[in-house]
Amino acid sequence: MAEEKVMIEAKNLMKYFDTPRGKLHAVDDISFKINKGKTLGVVGESGCGKSTLGRTLIHLLESTGGQIFFDGKDITNATGKEILELRKQMQIIFQDPFSSIDPRMTVSQIIEEPFIIHKTYKSKEEREKRVLELMRTVGLDERYVNTYPHELDGGRRQRIGIARAIALNPSFIVCDEPVSALDVSIQAQILNLLMDLKDDRGFTYMFITHDLSVVKHISDEILVLYLGKMVEKTTSDRLFENPIHPYTRALLSAIPVPELSYKGKNATVMKGEVTSPIDPPPGCRFAARCPIATDRCRKEIPEFREVEENHFVACHYCDGSAYNGINDQYRKDAKGDECIDVNVVF
Amino acid sequence: MNEKLLEIKDYSVTYTTDKVEAHAVNHINLSLNKGEVLGLVGETGAGKTTTALSIIGLLPKYGVKTSGEIIFNGQDLTKIKEKEYRKIRGNDISMIFQDPMTSLNPVFKVGDQIADVIKAHNPKMDQFDVTARVNEIMQMVGIPPERKEEYPHQFSGGMRQRIVIAIAIACNPHLLLADEPTTALDVTIQAQVINMMRELQNKLQTSIILITHDLGIVANFCDKVAIMYAGEIIESGTLEDIFDRSLPHHPYTIGLFESIPNINEKTDRLKPIKGLTPHPSELPEGCKFHPRCPKCMDVCKAGANPELYVDGTHCIQCHLFNNN
Repeated sequence: MAEEKVMIEAKNLMKYFDTPRGKLHAVDDISFKINKGKTLGVVGESGCGKSTLGRTLIHLLESTGGQIFFDGKDITNATGKEILELRKQMQIIFQDPFSSIDPRMTVSQIIEEPFIIHKTYKSKEEREKRVLELMRTVGLDERYVNTYPHELDGGRRQRIGIARAIALNPSFIVCDEPVSALDVSIQAQILNLLMDLKDDRGFTYMFITHDLSVVKHISDEILVLYLGKMVEKTTSDRLFENPIHPYTRALLSAIPVPELSYKGKNATVMKGEVTSPIDPPPGCRFAARCPIATDRCRKEIPEFREVEENHFVACHYCDGSAYNGINDQYRKDAKGDECIDVNVVF
Repeated sequence: MNEKLLEIKDYSVTYTTDKVEAHAVNHINLSLNKGEVLGLVGETGAGKTTTALSIIGLLPKYGVKTSGEIIFNGQDLTKIKEKEYRKIRGNDISMIFQDPMTSLNPVFKVGDQIADVIKAHNPKMDQFDVTARVNEIMQMVGIPPERKEEYPHQFSGGMRQRIVIAIAIACNPHLLLADEPTTALDVTIQAQVINMMRELQNKLQTSIILITHDLGIVANFCDKVAIMYAGEIIESGTLEDIFDRSLPHHPYTIGLFESIPNINEKTDRLKPIKGLTPHPSELPEGCKFHPRCPKCMDVCKAGANPELYVDGTHCIQCHLFNNN
């Protein structure tokens, strides 16, 4: 829709790391847009470049190539002061609430720090008032204001991380696996908090996770990554109704579902494990594990193309022919999960 | 056929420090038949790992008070000497630890680490047979035996966990304790490891206690389920007893199921359990769950533990079901 404003856009974003063994392609040619107030879920296995993508986007890492637009402005080559200015608008919530906050600072010092760095308030009283306000917003009791992080449990610590991230009222927040270190009952509390904040303040999120059930719950659109490459991107509902790429399908079928009908069912198992992202071979990066890979996949990089409205897939064989046989095979292997069972019709 | 392999009776563990006593496990009762897979479910600090360490006799020597019995194959494990325990540990009972990155020794070849267990329990076996057995086990867990000359860092997470499993099953144990064996792994690798464990279980007829917080894996793999909260088993039964939503359940079990985002339906908000798990040194009076319980009544707040409601194989520890 035309009236929807694009909050952040990545164009052919690349991030390579130099290693003694060659170039590590952590983020390779990734493009997407997130509209204001929407959530993009980024999923993939460990080492697929999810976190690197999030960090590159908000300038915690310098990109190797490509462009980043924030609120219509090109921020790819922002430096020094510009970055500091951007930090007011883009924030990140880290994965591990145990190592991402300074153990020597009290809760109030941690939450207050952004105000000091950005000189937002003149007096200490104003800052303190705001800290208490933030603590209430994220559901932290006021009595914790002078405690140290080690006295608190994971859920409360993650609330500190969230309070710090929203302190400057940013418009875009990267959530880098904010709940994966937490217990299920606490995980639900934090997810609800993030969604409440989004509704109240209109935040735009990029939600990085490896847990597909969480991502379905929270995202409007989902981007699936494999070894730094985009594999599939579509709306959250569509991805679960009609996953097209063989990797997405395998990923979906591997989720254990807590229902009786899943007893004793074997998940579709992909052979092998993620290959090395250092100087990856030409062709589709998933080819080594793909059940339908052919010689073409090993030589030619599949284009990321739109196969139906707002549904992008990077696979040579997502156009019917080769799929017929494979669908049957998936149906046989899968746990009876309906999302695997759908027919791909083009 | 339904031969009892393990029975835990009224077993408790208390860790003591100078200042506080932490009641990690409180009067639990558990039983496991041969060839069964039991899922032990609970959140951090519920006492799952302490229970497993008790069974295999690896609790710290000092600062720990235990009571009750653990009967394994007719023998009370709480009474035997360390020397005898060493014969059982690794041979009849073995354990898979949570983190495959830290449970292997980084300076020994993986093949040697597997051979260690075999040699320890079969001191008279000659080197040739040991090597043959190592090869056989590596094949069983899906790692080419040529790789036995490699070191743990040369393997990926999933492969390392397979090696840990290989070590655990090297002596064909009767009971395998798997402490969150897949928590550190990606979903696709997790599926591989679970499938492999299922195949091994079918082949070897080992009993398994699978400790996890993932109800999906339990549904997929286990025959029996016990749900732990604050050191107590608050609900137990067959997989059907626990996962059939039409049966009565402990409010904590219901909360646990509701706080997982469901992949098959889209909800606006999740329904978390309010509050936090109590610290084992500050357990509340009465029912341990009452401060968080949506159905808390006056009787729950003080006095003894609720009586067990029993319906066939299904047991629930909650006042809700004891009104008559």
